[in-house]
Amino acid sequence: MLRMAGIRPLVAGALLVAGVFAGASTALAQVTYVRGNDANPETLDQHKTSTIAEANILRDLYEGLVIYSAKAEVIPGVAESWETSDDGLTWTFKLRDAKWSNGDPVTAEDFVFSYQRILNPETGAKYANMLYVIKNGEKVNKGELQPSELGVKAVDDKTLEITLENPTPYFLQLLTHQTSYPVHKASVEKFGSDFVKPENMVTNGPYKLVSFVPNDKVVLEKNPEFREADKVAIDRVEFVPFEERATCVRRFEAGEVLSCSDLPAEQLQSLKDRLGEQVHVVPYLGTYYYALNNKRDDLKDPRVRQALSMMVDREFIANEIWSGAMLPAYTFVPPGIGNYEGGGPKVEWADLDPLDKEDQAIALMKEAGFGPDNPLELEISYSAGENHKNTATAIADMWKPLGVNVTFNVRDGSAHYSHLRDSDDYEVARAGWIGDFSDPVNFLQLWESDNTGFNYSKYENPEYDKLMDQAAAESDLAKREEILRQAEALLVKDAAVISMLYYSSMSLVSPKLKGWEDNIQNAHATRWMSISE
Amino acid sequence: MFGYVLRRLLGAIPTLFLIITLSFFLMRVAPGGPFDRERALEAKVLENLNRVFHLDRPLWEQYLYYLGNLARGDLGPSFIYRDFSVQQLLGSGLPISIQLGATALLLALLIGSVLGTIAALRQNSWVDYGVTAVATFGITVPNFVVAPLLSLVFGVWLSLLPAGGWGNGGPANMLLPVITLALPQVAVIARLIRGSMIEALRSDHVRTARAYGLPARMVVIVHAMRAACLPVVSYLGPAAAALLTGSVVVETIFGLPGIGRYFVQGALNRDYTLVMGTVIIIAVFVVVFNLVVDLIYAALDPRVRYD
Repeated sequence: MLRMAGIRPLVAGALLVAGVFAGASTALAQVTYVRGNDANPETLDQHKTSTIAEANILRDLYEGLVIYSAKAEVIPGVAESWETSDDGLTWTFKLRDAKWSNGDPVTAEDFVFSYQRILNPETGAKYANMLYVIKNGEKVNKGELQPSELGVKAVDDKTLEITLENPTPYFLQLLTHQTSYPVHKASVEKFGSDFVKPENMVTNGPYKLVSFVPNDKVVLEKNPEFREADKVAIDRVEFVPFEERATCVRRFEAGEVLSCSDLPAEQLQSLKDRLGEQVHVVPYLGTYYYALNNKRDDLKDPRVRQALSMMVDREFIANEIWSGAMLPAYTFVPPGIGNYEGGGPKVEWADLDPLDKEDQAIALMKEAGFGPDNPLELEISYSAGENHKNTATAIADMWKPLGVNVTFNVRDGSAHYSHLRDSDDYEVARAGWIGDFSDPVNFLQLWESDNTGFNYSKYENPEYDKLMDQAAAESDLAKREEILRQAEALLVKDAAVISMLYYSSMSLVSPKLKGWEDNIQNAHATRWMSISE
Repeated sequence: MFGYVLRRLLGAIPTLFLIITLSFFLMRVAPGGPFDRERALEAKVLENLNRVFHLDRPLWEQYLYYLGNLARGDLGPSFIYRDFSVQQLLGSGLPISIQLGATALLLALLIGSVLGTIAALRQNSWVDYGVTAVATFGITVPNFVVAPLLSLVFGVWLSLLPAGGWGNGGPANMLLPVITLALPQVAVIARLIRGSMIEALRSDHVRTARAYGLPARMVVIVHAMRAACLPVVSYLGPAAAALLTGSVVVETIFGLPGIGRYFVQGALNRDYTLVMGTVIIIAVFVVVFNLVVDLIYAALDPRVRYD
């Protein structure tokens, strides 16, 4: 009795308070979009950024030379037009009359300053390499040249000229990335790295920053100085970080957030049953793979690697372990990527009957000298996580008919990835790659022999490197695509890596939220959306 | 008394120093660094970052550098949350953790002692068994079950309270997290009070009080309670330190911006300075609350004196 007496007034009080809040928000008649985000942003400095959570927020705060439309097509942003020189090396952008949130005009000089800042080694930019395509970009970032020697120049206030190292057909794609957004030069000079604080931040996008409390929320409000402010329907955005995906689902079902940016994969089926069309599962630019250390004695032989790859039942892993949150993959570059309309090379064994596949794989192992009497001992390294564990366990089971004995090595993320980077004693290792821009090069460059930090398979094939160099120098898009496909075919032939799954992006979107267009980049700027009651 | 407090606080300094040194080096034993994530970094970029954060220096130099900053009251920049210093992060999160923890603690004390006392007075009755059952339940059901359940029932199904979020500390937002935090404490406190109350009720001074003909309520609340409180007070020292420095589970499930998460997030991300900062806060809380407990003990038990 005592307990009940204690709680009732409390609940009543809570209801009263909730009522007052609800009353207050209708009185203001402000349209607020409470938006679930992947995680806390680690920074709101576009030059230190590296995560998807940051990309989602910065996309609302800033506008680059070009931007993504609601469907993630590249459309003009601050630049109203551009032209390229015949050799494809010089790009001239004509800027429109755009303003910063404090009323200053956005000038070509702002962009020059920004690109010099991100490549300056003292900035400590995680994604500086995104702009290595700009002439001298890499040298500036290595401290070999001064930032002023970067190939970016302001011809006048409204004309920006960028010179590249090589013709880069995906250059515009790169410019949609948050690292290419401008910073307001005067604020950065005045406040230094504190220019990102709400009281100091000056933005040129549809929204400006109101507050940022880590683990609570990031609040944005409409920027009245934005060039298309009259077309922005939502007044206020609150980005709420959800490291625990299930928490977002509960708040979504309680009507407290209007969208979730990721979902707990293990609940996908039950969510689909319960929430139907509000669950969006969309192909995404990412590949989940197992790197095979090509330098290890046991895995040196491409026949062994191919046998291992053939035995992996991708459909089972995608549908049963990942509940359809992933798609089966046989090649490394995900479908739907830009400049690769023809898709990846054909993998001949992919459509074989499972029993034939098994026979062929066993035969390959036998040729390589492995079998029941001489079993192959392999260690799978993976980063901690329920689905990673289940995947590794299933694969160990799938490899049993080949006489492969598997042991596991589990580490937390940081330890796992530093191990892949710094050591060469691992054998099979889980990894994933999410594309930064929509071009096959972004995926295929991982397997160049000089890309030591990323080439976890330690794949080394001079022919592959040569094809990648050829593709970099080729400005004819059709020819370039063909060269890249040949390169990927080599990757398949050598079984350098087990391409296993393509990622999907998973979101919950309330029917109240209009204008959300599913797209492969999973880019959804708030400016394209509106809320209906 | 004042001298005692001063001596205790001075005595805590070497302890803290030892904790800081041990944590600093233990953390560096863990493989990987703050910039090793699923998305690998370009070698050159990593080098730039290591230089910016002094990670390219020998470890002893980094240790001295950290101690030097600490002596000036600077906990350093966070390796992961690059727009904030560790002070700023802890400064915005700690008040929230304290607010939640203190409310939960008070609630638990209130409900726990009432339940425990009732159980002791009605020993071996159905009330007593009921309280024991509730207490066992409170201790055995972990908070990662209680928290989502409460959020699901009151937030999603009944729509009475927010399913999560801090909402600038509104009472509606605090209610469910506070209940989750308080539940196991209610259980522990009720059991402790019940045990010590039964003992106290049989003690000589309570019998004397009864013999004087004091009203039963007076005997229980004033005379028996004072003695029955002692085990709870010793329990409360570490319990308060743990509650006030936040709970990673409750903060993650309800999405609250306290500091409980920083310890785990920091450790997994190898955010060295942030982990050090939380370690220092927790250590200081433990030292201070142990001292407070000893002082309260002296106030409650006339046999204990600190001179």
